[in-house]
Amino acid sequence: MSETVPVVDMQGISIAFPGVRALDGVDFRLFPGEVHALLGENGAGKSTLIKALTGVYAIDGGTITVLGTRQSFGTPAEAQAAGISTVYQEVNLCPNLSVEENILLGREPRRRGGIHWRDVRRRAQEVLEQLQLGHIDPRSILSSHSIAIQQLVAIARAMQVDARVLILDEPTSSLDADEVQQLFSVIRTLRDRGVAILFVSHFLEQVYEVSDRMTVLRNGRLVGEYLTRDLPRMGLISKMIGKELDALAELEEAESRRHPDRTQEVPFLRAEGLGRKGSVRDVTVTVHAGEILGLAGLLGSGRTETARLLFGADRADQGQLSIGGTSRTLRTPRAAIDRGIAFSSENRKEEGLIGDLSVRDNLILAMQAGKGWWRRVPRATQDKLAERFIKALDIRPSSKDSLIRDLSGGNQQKVLLARWLITDPKLLILDEPTRGIDIGAKTQIQKLISSLAADGMSVVFISAELEEVLRLSDHIAVLKDRQMVADIPNDGVTMEDVMTVIAGTTP
Amino acid sequence: MSVLTRPSAPLDRSRIGRLQGKARYAPTLATVGLFVAMFAIGAAMYPGFLSGQVFLNLLIDNTFLIVLAVGMTFVILTGGIDLSVGSVVALSMMIAAALLQAGWNPFAVILLVLLTGATFGLAMGLVIQVFEIQPFIVTLAGLFLARGLCYVISVESITVTDPFFTSMAQARIPLVGKLFVSPGVVIALLVVAVAFYLLHQTRFGRTVYAIGGGESSAVLMGLAVPRTKVLVYGISGVCSAIAGILFSFYSLSGYSLAATGLELDAIAAVVVGGTLLTGGYGYVLGSLAGVLVLGIVQTFISYEGTLSSWWTRIVIGALLLAFILLQKLFTRKVRLT
Repeated sequence: MSETVPVVDMQGISIAFPGVRALDGVDFRLFPGEVHALLGENGAGKSTLIKALTGVYAIDGGTITVLGTRQSFGTPAEAQAAGISTVYQEVNLCPNLSVEENILLGREPRRRGGIHWRDVRRRAQEVLEQLQLGHIDPRSILSSHSIAIQQLVAIARAMQVDARVLILDEPTSSLDADEVQQLFSVIRTLRDRGVAILFVSHFLEQVYEVSDRMTVLRNGRLVGEYLTRDLPRMGLISKMIGKELDALAELEEAESRRHPDRTQEVPFLRAEGLGRKGSVRDVTVTVHAGEILGLAGLLGSGRTETARLLFGADRADQGQLSIGGTSRTLRTPRAAIDRGIAFSSENRKEEGLIGDLSVRDNLILAMQAGKGWWRRVPRATQDKLAERFIKALDIRPSSKDSLIRDLSGGNQQKVLLARWLITDPKLLILDEPTRGIDIGAKTQIQKLISSLAADGMSVVFISAELEEVLRLSDHIAVLKDRQMVADIPNDGVTMEDVMTVIAGTTP
Repeated sequence: MSVLTRPSAPLDRSRIGRLQGKARYAPTLATVGLFVAMFAIGAAMYPGFLSGQVFLNLLIDNTFLIVLAVGMTFVILTGGIDLSVGSVVALSMMIAAALLQAGWNPFAVILLVLLTGATFGLAMGLVIQVFEIQPFIVTLAGLFLARGLCYVISVESITVTDPFFTSMAQARIPLVGKLFVSPGVVIALLVVAVAFYLLHQTRFGRTVYAIGGGESSAVLMGLAVPRTKVLVYGISGVCSAIAGILFSFYSLSGYSLAATGLELDAIAAVVVGGTLLTGGYGYVLGSLAGVLVLGIVQTFISYEGTLSSWWTRIVIGALLLAFILLQKLFTRKVRLT
């Protein structure tokens, strides 16, 4: 990495939203041929900075210089024209169109008489092959592919423009290890070609693996710019969180959970051979009061499907379910809620939160639904509850009137969690509650889950991160190919043990 | 790193994807199939049904609806709706009839009507885009506005006596044998061809599909979303004006109450033709097939003779319901895989 002229030079960038100062005088430089990681906790301003650079948000102060020219991008198209391409955290492609179109949309090669479709296919094929994705049929419809593949198609699109700057916002949050390596090899190829890459990830291992330089933000302010090799991991974390290392060590410390003795009591929930055609089968689990059941398995192994069965979001057509010792059939989520089961979904954007409502309104939703819509929760109670949970879960910004869409991912997740906690459930099903959020918030949420269990709440915990499942769960149900294959009590089980079960050929 | 490693090679879903690509055509093909089936049933039931002219008459009697459905397809593909088209048809007819009565040159009249339709559509598009208002409400306002303007021009029906218009009304373009079509059919099919070209061969057309697939994604992909959204309503406006002129050729008059509820027929034709009301999926050729299906229902009822013409509505209602259910099944299948 040479100290040449930066491709992107942002100076003193400020952006304010109603009630929130999202960025405050942040400087940021990006050099050609480097992978630059942008780091910070949720709400530190990473996404905002990226959106300022790509023309999604207008800046209130500061200057952006790209390739020596002062720029003020009004639209993403202008930023793209200046050589800045972005792959966002949530795949922003058109699911209804083919892979090839998604790669070339808006830049389709034309000849006299319209789009040159053969050329479209050839170019799409070319860029896919560069990414070692030659096995993807460019004519297939995007929605037929997994999120991971869609993500790679988004990168293929970004590369197709011959971008000078490639911004990757959480590109790895839905990829498995192989896919991550594939992505990294692509990133390195691009870097060696002189592309400047801005990489945002919550996975610090990945940051250390792939980045050359990093910029750390905290609460909308610049903490500093460092060479990756000069800043050890603990140093980085303390800069991100803004706490001293010993305080951090306490945070990081694994929860030493006391596994409750459960043989005596009637389990809160017991499923026997529960299943649904086309969804998942053979789910046999027992959850006692105060117990945490972890669901482990690969992406697409049926974790979410299991949660949906337990919640009645999908109706089981095989097996039995009993709640509190009585046999039940959950036909609707409402029936589950009435029995004290709450489900915090994986997809907070689409299935959980309502972005245009305030934090308070979102918090109160489930409680209000439980009471019935004609018995309105009094405003004073709403305010009191909102304030209590904002404080308890450290939701930022701490105003109960902020709109959900202005909150960062981690804070949105906390709101979603708080919404169900308000209803005081007996069993809380959490599907990927820590996905795409930073260590600080992750640790907070993990701690919260343990303390809830200690208070007697049962929890079903789903996470793609096996480490997390192992740390929290009392026992672990392993899913494989949409079938439950094992129930392992968590006493000294290692990650390798669980991996062996997952990889094993005999169910 | 604690993300789990996948033991086997990543699943190749491309073949499934290709199949699903074909499945995209399923609703449209179903409509074409339905049309063929209905034609065959008609041929079996009624003597004289199986003739080229019966088919061509379907086109001749529905030229304006074809053109309207084409414009509507653009709008619905973006996930929008245009309720104003019926009223704009009536307004176009009124303007044309009034100006022809005043002795204007018919070509100047046609040009002015097209310009009016385009302006009307673009204006609604701008309101929808700039103020971020629901298309439903904006075009509903457009519906009332255009209908009201008809009465400003004249409360009475105006007869068209212009020689060009009457010659267009009577002209027959002979085809092989004794078969013939009207000039309106040529114009309508030309509109379909242009629309097909725009949708499948231009960046504008692909942006229309992209907006229907995900508007915010389309914006982030740097596509010209605002311009496209406004233009789509402009196209629908122009199509309404063309339909108005075709209707004038057909009816040789202008009447304020003409084409009432035609917007609903257009929407029905588009939906029966396989276009998803949520946008992103559908074909202009499907909409043409949709119009033909609606037309053949009408032909059936008239051949039956004993049935009241309101049975047309009942059958169309049932068809619409059936097709919406079909689409629901289709989209659910796509989401599951």
